[in-house]
Amino acid sequence: MPLGLYLLQRLSALVMAPLVLVHLGVIIYAVRSGLDAESLLGRTRGSVAWGLVYGSFVLAVSIHAAIGIRTVLHEWLRLKGPALEALTWALGLGLLVLGFRAVFAVTLA
Amino acid sequence: MIAPHRRHGLWLAFIVHRLSGIALALFLPVHFWVLSLALTDPAALDGFLQWTHRPLVRIAEMGLVFLLSVHLFGGLRLMALEWLPWSARQKTMAALATAGSVFMALWFLLSGYRMA
Amino acid sequence: MEAQAEHVTTGDEASVHVRVWRGDSGGGQWHIYRVPVRRNQTVLDVVTWIQQNPAPDLAYRFACRVGVCGSCAMTVNGEPRWTCRTHVNRVLRDGQLSIAPLRNLPVVRDLVCDMTPFFDRWSEAGGGFVPGIDRHRPLPAIAPDTLARRAADAAIECINCAVCYAACDVVAWKRDFLGPAALNRAWSLVNDERDRGNRERLRAVSGDAGCHNCHSQQNCTQYCPNLLDPAGSIAGLKRTVMRAVLKGEF
Repeated sequence: MPLGLYLLQRLSALVMAPLVLVHLGVIIYAVRSGLDAESLLGRTRGSVAWGLVYGSFVLAVSIHAAIGIRTVLHEWLRLKGPALEALTWALGLGLLVLGFRAVFAVTLA
Repeated sequence: MIAPHRRHGLWLAFIVHRLSGIALALFLPVHFWVLSLALTDPAALDGFLQWTHRPLVRIAEMGLVFLLSVHLFGGLRLMALEWLPWSARQKTMAALATAGSVFMALWFLLSGYRMA
Repeated sequence: MEAQAEHVTTGDEASVHVRVWRGDSGGGQWHIYRVPVRRNQTVLDVVTWIQQNPAPDLAYRFACRVGVCGSCAMTVNGEPRWTCRTHVNRVLRDGQLSIAPLRNLPVVRDLVCDMTPFFDRWSEAGGGFVPGIDRHRPLPAIAPDTLARRAADAAIECINCAVCYAACDVVAWKRDFLGPAALNRAWSLVNDERDRGNRERLRAVSGDAGCHNCHSQQNCTQYCPNLLDPAGSIAGLKRTVMRAVLKGEF
């Protein structure tokens, strides 16, 4: 694994650690108050703060998951070279697009 | 089933971290897609969220909370191991990370039942 | 691996049921031997008994028999061990013993591995000492209680038996990974005040096959017969590389 990817992996993890804690708090709060679409969107719609929190979460998780899965593909399926790089990019960009779309849907739309 | 050289706590902590990471990476696109329903089909989103109130789905969700927690606490353990002065208490730290994740998962489950 | 050959050579005496992997790089099979039980018997004693009695053509490697030379490591009941200091009664499972060559290294014949990749990793990781002075100048005195000296001390008793290399799953999954022994050696030199090769060495251990591939499974520390902690050494290298990156030295 190139050193740069290791550094990105740890940096994205560092960014995510507090965000995951916040997310776990949100999850528990949401199930306590009985989860439904109206109250969920009532909290998040129009909130720039939630948009920024979850937007940065999506960016970090896309990087982190892509690099993590890259390592698994390399070690367990022996992928390397252009195939490995292409899959890594596809995974990262795919998550990024889907994730931003989801954040847009619940905050800004 | 597990090879003899892998039967120790720190290897198990590794495999839990790897498998939880893979599972979360597979779950994320589904999660994102469901949230996007708010944009395309709000009624379907609400229907889905009502479905998650079923006991069996709740228990499956507890599994997700465990995966997320165990990957978080396991990851914090790894960063501490790599960046803080080395400690000989590696197995204790792995056990604490696991215990914290079980706690989070149970907390989630009980939080749901209070309302139900 | 499926076929088995049976060699029963003892009578009523108490004996151990031993499976020995025999073959070469092209493949091999398990051979079964009954080996008489002796007091304080080591796994190496068992292998030697087999070689001296039913199987004179059995290939295996040993030298000192007292845990110093690091040449007799084998896979015993699925775990890498130094056989000369592993007592049979400590590792026996259901009265049985299986003995195979070390994992992660090419087999030459029977229980003998080709150690070339293991030592190649050692030099790729910058395992050679780089002197800073010539013989005409006095050696600097190094206080025994400094942090760096203690870290070097902790890592230096490696006998290069390759038990950690065989125990490591990352080596199994990524063949060019430098592995625990080589990285542990590099860590002892990083902490050696006399050495002048650290710039190159840190580059070597942080390359694509370097210390960052370690997943901290810590099989190496679990199995090191000399009770060293290669996992701790690798973490030390990661920390040192990180510090160098933050300082802009990379």
